[in-house]
Amino acid sequence: MMRMSKIVRTCADLMYPFVVIFGWYVIMHGHLTPGGGFQGGAVVATGAALVIVAYSYQEITSMLKKAVLMVQESTGLLLFIGAGLGGMVLGFPFFFNWLANSGSLFGMSVPYGPNPGELNTAGFLPLMNIAVGIEVWGGLTLVILYLLSGLEKGEA
Amino acid sequence: MIEEFIFTNLPALMVAVPLLAAFVCPLVAQISPAMRKMWVMGSMAITSLLGLLLVMRVYTMGTFVYVFGASTPGLSIPLDSGGIPIRIVFTVDAMSAFMDLIIAIVGFCVILYSLSSDERRTSPQYYYTLFLLLIAAVIGMVSTGDLFNFFVFIEISSLASAGLVAYSVEKGRAVEAGLKYFMVSALGGIFLLFVIGILYGQYDALNIAMIAQRMQFTMLDKIALVLLVAALAAKCGAVPMHFWTPDAYSLAPSSVTAMLVVASQASLYGLFRFTFTMYHLSLNYVTIGWTIIVLGVLSMVIGVTMAIPQKDVKRLMAYHAISQTGYMLLGVGVGLAVLGNETAINSFGTIAMEGGIFHIINHALYKGLLFLTAGAIIYRIGTRDLNRMGGLGHSMKYTMIFFIIGSLAIAGIPPFNGFASKLLIYESVYLFNPFLAIIAMVVSILTLASFVKVFHSIFMGPPLPEFASVREVPLPMLLGMGILATLVILFGVFPQTVVNLIVAPAVHALIDQSGYISAILGGA
Repeated sequence: MMRMSKIVRTCADLMYPFVVIFGWYVIMHGHLTPGGGFQGGAVVATGAALVIVAYSYQEITSMLKKAVLMVQESTGLLLFIGAGLGGMVLGFPFFFNWLANSGSLFGMSVPYGPNPGELNTAGFLPLMNIAVGIEVWGGLTLVILYLLSGLEKGEA
Repeated sequence: MIEEFIFTNLPALMVAVPLLAAFVCPLVAQISPAMRKMWVMGSMAITSLLGLLLVMRVYTMGTFVYVFGASTPGLSIPLDSGGIPIRIVFTVDAMSAFMDLIIAIVGFCVILYSLSSDERRTSPQYYYTLFLLLIAAVIGMVSTGDLFNFFVFIEISSLASAGLVAYSVEKGRAVEAGLKYFMVSALGGIFLLFVIGILYGQYDALNIAMIAQRMQFTMLDKIALVLLVAALAAKCGAVPMHFWTPDAYSLAPSSVTAMLVVASQASLYGLFRFTFTMYHLSLNYVTIGWTIIVLGVLSMVIGVTMAIPQKDVKRLMAYHAISQTGYMLLGVGVGLAVLGNETAINSFGTIAMEGGIFHIINHALYKGLLFLTAGAIIYRIGTRDLNRMGGLGHSMKYTMIFFIIGSLAIAGIPPFNGFASKLLIYESVYLFNPFLAIIAMVVSILTLASFVKVFHSIFMGPPLPEFASVREVPLPMLLGMGILATLVILFGVFPQTVVNLIVAPAVHALIDQSGYISAILGGA
């Protein structure tokens, strides 16, 4: 596949960090605002898609390794189920929110009444969102790369 | 300590272990193929063991309620929830345990078989990830006591099965079959979501027991029931929504097909669970019972008549699978049609249901066995066309024996398990309506005729020169088939023990709606 013009590539370079940061914002605020792990992960993957469209297939595959993305996908899923199993290890049922109100990471109690939203609350829900975000980011990018590799074979 | 941990968390572990195994599988496969095989087999063995433990626990100590995310596993109604079970609840009663038993047995045999039969596939790590996801989803479908959770698991099973059906591309034909299956499943999923919306809007609850307690059977509930029956009948492959079955069953890898049979039966379980437990007597049971009977009879007759002219061995078996699903629908449908009639249900209704439910496990065993033998033949000779086969009895003796056992069981010949459940169905359905029983017997005879033809064209005749180098399949495949064949014979020789031990409690659990409700809502 051809690489795009210099204008497109520069724009993609400039846009990329903002897209990724916005995606991570959606992931991190999943327990406070609309969106969450899946939506945020999809936004981050759009950033990857932007770069993939702008550059040629050879350049992309040297930047994004399929093996790395695959490990990333599995890591996200493992983090998710690990957070669920964590409650079980501590003697509670599966998916017990063992971080909520614990005072540690994401363990603040939610203040009563109207407030702008505290990021450091909700227990393991942000962890789940991060896990899903990592998984969707890796998975969707992998899907795009595989679709592209099919195109590559057809046109070569 | 560890024992107590396992016993308190059994239903959750049943889903968590295959899920975790599925997610780790691609990582383990990076090390070496041998490690991947050990990982997949080991995790499936643990899942099956947990399944057997759960089944024993439920049959000895009654319904097992497990609440996800609560502070204690049994706390189905939180103190500040206003009497509504707000969390995801797994309600494993005798019927769910019965289905778990099927999954534990068939899943183990199928994975064992697939270690050899699927070693030539590309990217096997993803294949097994999907496979373990399918198993986790089916376990979840039969264990859950929450309507929305059921929808989530049925979607996971649809996605995983569609991927697995399309796995061996076969010049695009398998992909088409996968797409067809996915379209039907997606449509069914949307129906189910609509049903959930209707019920949640009226009753403010997603828990099956809670909805069952509040059920009014309004006009909206009738619409919900129609959508529910249509969606789940399509998923379990009943005529006239059966068109995905021959394609998906015949083009999927054989080990997957055997598991797809179980996945369809989980949809069948959903159909029975919702009509019996959620609607129970509030629905117009005679009409709905007859609807299910008509679906069953249509499936039986059309399935078997379509099976006879087939030339593709797996396509033929797929049509027989539709036909056998008809027996289960017929048996349980008769039970539903007489649900409110005290004398009828006691004299033949429960026996018909026992026959239908017993047929589920029998079908999973012998149909799984038959699909695995078909897979073994295709694995060795590379064709699925019956006209090109012949004389394989000389070189594949064990496969032939397993095929004989499976085909006699499906045709309802004693002393195999198909006879036991079909006899229960014939006897009780005859008391309900003699005409239906006669149709069931005729279908059984046609099944026998069809399998005699298949047996003859695969195994009989002189050894063909093009198959001179054909040998018996590897040991893991034989072991997988052997376990199923042994169970087919055992269930056929001791049917009364099996019915008393596992089938009768399952039937009782389906009929006893108040028991299901009080297990969650506590003595209400």
